[in-house]
Amino acid sequence: MVKYVIKRLLLLIPILIGVAFIIFAIMEMTPGDPAVRILGHEASVEALEEMREELGLNKPFLERFFNYLYNIFTKLDFGKSYRTRKPVFDDILARVPVSIKVAFLGMVFATIMGLPMGVYSAVKQYSPMDNFLRISSTILVAMPTFWLAMLLILVFALYLGWFPSGGVASWKSYVLPTITIGFPYGSKILRMTRSTMLESIRQDYVRTAKSKGVPNNKVIYQHALKNALLPVVTTIGSSFGQILGGSVIAESVFSLPGLGSLIVLSIKAKDTPCVLASVLLLAFFFAIIMLVVDLVYAFIDPRIKAKYI
Amino acid sequence: MSENLLEVKDLEVIYKTDQKTVHAINRIGFTLQRGETLGIVGETGAGKTTTGLSILRLLPERTGHVVGGSIIFDGTDLMKLSEEEMRSSIRGERISMIFQDPMTSLNPVMTVGEQIAEAIIYHSESDKSSSEVEARVDEVLEMVGIPAFRKKDYPHQFSGGMKQRVVIAMALACEPELLIADEPTTALDVTIQAQVLAMISELRDRLGTAMIMITNDLGIIAQICDQVAVMYAGQLVETGTLEDIFVKKEHHPYTVGLFGAIPNLNEETDRLSPIDGLMPELLKLPKGCFFAERCPHCMEICKSVPPKAHVNGTHRITCHLFTSKDE
Repeated sequence: MVKYVIKRLLLLIPILIGVAFIIFAIMEMTPGDPAVRILGHEASVEALEEMREELGLNKPFLERFFNYLYNIFTKLDFGKSYRTRKPVFDDILARVPVSIKVAFLGMVFATIMGLPMGVYSAVKQYSPMDNFLRISSTILVAMPTFWLAMLLILVFALYLGWFPSGGVASWKSYVLPTITIGFPYGSKILRMTRSTMLESIRQDYVRTAKSKGVPNNKVIYQHALKNALLPVVTTIGSSFGQILGGSVIAESVFSLPGLGSLIVLSIKAKDTPCVLASVLLLAFFFAIIMLVVDLVYAFIDPRIKAKYI
Repeated sequence: MSENLLEVKDLEVIYKTDQKTVHAINRIGFTLQRGETLGIVGETGAGKTTTGLSILRLLPERTGHVVGGSIIFDGTDLMKLSEEEMRSSIRGERISMIFQDPMTSLNPVMTVGEQIAEAIIYHSESDKSSSEVEARVDEVLEMVGIPAFRKKDYPHQFSGGMKQRVVIAMALACEPELLIADEPTTALDVTIQAQVLAMISELRDRLGTAMIMITNDLGIIAQICDQVAVMYAGQLVETGTLEDIFVKKEHHPYTVGLFGAIPNLNEETDRLSPIDGLMPELLKLPKGCFFAERCPHCMEICKSVPPKAHVNGTHRITCHLFTSKDE
């Protein structure tokens, strides 16, 4: 198991280099000149040239890319933000906790909502409640985030005044973003749980368990659910990774200083070092989450565990 | 010993979906005494497994329905018990079932010990402490020839034959009065089949369990059964003692066909001799005898009038060939 984990962690290095290369290339292809962005349109040609020299922009693409990697591997130096002229991680690390909190709370909410309802929906297939859950989860998955966010603000912040409409002042500020993110992902988990549960409650071992006289709720939660859990865990893990950097809309509606909005800001400013570092960090988080998901697999299913050793 | 342990009367089961209704079992009846073994033989789709599931009331919830008849087990009509009574005092405790495919009938994510323990824990006199339960698990595992230390292993760590032994251990953990074995050896190699079969009959004799052996193998029937029921298209076309079926001369044409389909080692033939045709689709029941279409002795009357039983002591044949002689 330990060997497997180390192998997976080492595998991270080529993955992250690949990610860095792709982002580097994409940023290279986007229009705009960082020097102009920094100094403004009125800057003299000499000043711009000097700035390009300073940022190393005059060197060829590959040389810059390898320099970038070299600095990371030797000095753990991810460069300075073109925008703030400070080391990129100053800005990123200030925002990561907010993103992690929102993503974590959102996923906890989504799981608490999706998992039990999905199980219920499957066990009572075609009942009125199942129909209701299926229809409402379809609507929630399809509903645009910004719209749901604005509705929530309208009702809970403006009319009822229970929660603030934005910022990160207290725990209350996290309630509406959590719900905004939790609903669509919760619906996704609900649908996934329902379909895998429907499959597993028709398996022979469920019938065997019933023939032994195991009580119904034990049959469902011990026999069927544990077998249905694998795809659900994957969904939860990958959703968590997605929310970490992908909840730009929720972040901007609720004016949360998170990673997603930083990336958007940096892309607009053609702040390549900042974009690179943020995306690399997200890719790293994502890979770690997926590693955890795989370890959870082994914990759930002994057949998978046997393969890791 | 005079009282019947199990008495199935006029049982009728259908599988109903939105599009169609399948008449899986059409008014069958049989009785079984304590300690006796009944073999139900018939081709695939004849309703053998459905019979077993009906007794335990484990038909697929939404589609399977018992529409008529009664199943009296030790004086109680199982059809009238509540679901909870069925669960706590019948399933696994007094009647248990061994399923066909040991590969899929064990839960892959629970150890075999846990799965056997469940059968013990969830029953009425289960004020057993956990160490007593563990001791019993060890005992039943040893009983089916698996070393007790392997209870911590998962099903994928066992071979097919071993898994079937675990399934049998699970079924026998509470020493039930009736064991329904649904083709327990079909999914196993021939060598393992013999082992498992010998073990089942040895345990049955030791524990005095009555048994319903569902199979399509006449060889198994001959080895371990006292009573035989031949099932065709959801009906019992012929029932009797082992002797009635294997020794006597009078038989239902379907039974004759079944025996005829077994290759004879003493004769040299190029081809097997199967029964021609297929079992009727059970969507719409034929008016007369269900076997009429495939029967080599089919008469006019067979196509329009359902046959009655010709009874000769313990031997019952539901066929016009014999009832017409009766009259």
